[in-house]
Amino acid sequence: MTDTITDTMKKTENKILSGESEAPPVVSEWRRFRRVFFQRKLVMFGLIVFVILIFTAVFAPLLAPHDPYRGDLANSLVPPNSDFLLGTDIQGRDTLSRLIYGTRTALLVGFVTVAIAATIGNVLGLMAGFFGKAVAMIIMRIMDTVMCFPFLIFALVLAAVLGGGIQNVIIALSISLIPGFARVMNGLTLSIKENDYILAERSMGASNFRIMFKHILPNAMPTMIVLITLQLGTLILAEAALSFLGIGIQPPGAAWGSMINDGYRFLLTNPILSFAPGLAIMIVVFAFNMIGDGLRDALDPRLRGLL
Amino acid sequence: MSVLLDVKNLTTQFNTEAGIVKAVNDVSFQLNEQEIIGLVGESGCGKSVSQLSVMQLISAPGKITNGEVNFEGRNLLDYESNSDEMRAIRGGKIAMIFQEPMTSLNPTLTIGRQLTEMLELHLNMTKEAARERAVELLKQVGISGAESRLDDYPHNFSGGMRQRVMIAIGLSCNPRILIADEPTTALDVTTQAQLLELMKDMVSKYNASLVIVTHNLGVVARYAHRIYIMYAGNIVESGTTEEIFANPQHPYTKGLLKCIPRLDEEKGRKLVPIEGLPPNLINMKSSCAFAPRCSERLERCLTEAAPPLRDIGNGHYVGCFEK
Repeated sequence: MTDTITDTMKKTENKILSGESEAPPVVSEWRRFRRVFFQRKLVMFGLIVFVILIFTAVFAPLLAPHDPYRGDLANSLVPPNSDFLLGTDIQGRDTLSRLIYGTRTALLVGFVTVAIAATIGNVLGLMAGFFGKAVAMIIMRIMDTVMCFPFLIFALVLAAVLGGGIQNVIIALSISLIPGFARVMNGLTLSIKENDYILAERSMGASNFRIMFKHILPNAMPTMIVLITLQLGTLILAEAALSFLGIGIQPPGAAWGSMINDGYRFLLTNPILSFAPGLAIMIVVFAFNMIGDGLRDALDPRLRGLL
Repeated sequence: MSVLLDVKNLTTQFNTEAGIVKAVNDVSFQLNEQEIIGLVGESGCGKSVSQLSVMQLISAPGKITNGEVNFEGRNLLDYESNSDEMRAIRGGKIAMIFQEPMTSLNPTLTIGRQLTEMLELHLNMTKEAARERAVELLKQVGISGAESRLDDYPHNFSGGMRQRVMIAIGLSCNPRILIADEPTTALDVTTQAQLLELMKDMVSKYNASLVIVTHNLGVVARYAHRIYIMYAGNIVESGTTEEIFANPQHPYTKGLLKCIPRLDEEKGRKLVPIEGLPPNLINMKSSCAFAPRCSERLERCLTEAAPPLRDIGNGHYVGCFEK
């Protein structure tokens, strides 16, 4: 009697100790990404706008019905008609063509600036957060100093000092944007580095460099992607603002901001001159924000299972 | 058996606002080749800190102030914490498994990536070779469908399976020593038993030694060859597992044994908890830290400095006055 009981116990014990486990079905990461990302209408809208934007920027010369730079004083301030779909400005340049060429400026400034600012800002923030002490002191105090000035004012002063032109606009906006990225990255690093897996990683002999860039950075990416897409919107707005104020893209270059500026004197007679670029800015900024949201939801491993 | 790890007079202290906390106070222990030792004590008695000190993973305000960690003819404390030598030892020669399987794996990297990373780092394997090895390791720790599971993320795994992965990572580079810091505390009993069994098998397969840090005497009873009992930063008793269970000498060890049920005891014995709480480690006196809670306390226990470990034969040492 007792023997059978002991026997059963032994069997159960062996079964337990051998740890027979069943693997759950494997879900493809890519499939989940597609599902979460493409499922939502607003994200799809953002994506479509984004694709159209890229297409427009690349094929601007083919798409533009007229030369965006050549004025024709005889056709100045023409209201929209079949030849000039959105009318012409004071110098007789086709608004639609300038709008199309303006996408190049907007995208170039947006992407290049955000790439520069995010790279420098993230590295600085990562270093400050990871090493702490003197490194953090020096980096973050410099960032704080820059942050004392409102973003646009600082960019304005820099752009004014450097002079106009697309290159200087990019430099000015990048420098103004770095502290924002550094700040967020610093905070993220401080919290991520306290995780058990960082200690586990250190216990496996990983170097500081490896921990910073292979383990902390990927964990900060979901937040960073959202910040980057949001900043893309902000940047396009900021570039427009600088151009509007006349220290951004210099004439005859086509930029939405300067188009609004050129047009606002005729707001009552030819409102489309300002409204068209204004609407373009609005739609693009909105689209970027939607994409940012969608990307975060689709990429964040911590949201897996929830979405 | 030859000595693999010889820790002598290790002292680690934390300088806090309130005073100095000697989390590890003059601790010495040895680990032989292919041996399993258990380090047992309550929360906050310095078990984990002593092991982290061996790996030099103590971060500010903690500081190793004294001692030697002799391993393969070198004193590890001679190296800077962040030196290349120390990094080669961590993971390569001495690996560690942590308490919380749910948070010990990076959630943004696949299991495969985390497994191969160390192989590429310590053994200079190519990506393909490392992947093959990773599959093999996952199979060895009992994860079915290892091939496809390499591309899964940690959240696809249960706690027990993650700890299996941690064991695989820990043993991936063929370390001499595996330190398991409360490896099963966060898991339920059946999984606990599975993992301990797995660890024992894996360690013997790789000819490594194992340090099990735990607060649970039951966990080490079955697996450890020798046991060290820690209290308030000190080792108060050490000996073979048989000696500790059959012939406990220190009142603290006796107390620990009295508060767990045993199968081989007479019916109707009441479980007796140890009265009081572990002391606050800030600015400790030099007298025996356990004395205030001790049921066999003598006058001298409170006035004199705590006695050093005393050899009572059979490889049994106890840090208590002779009665």
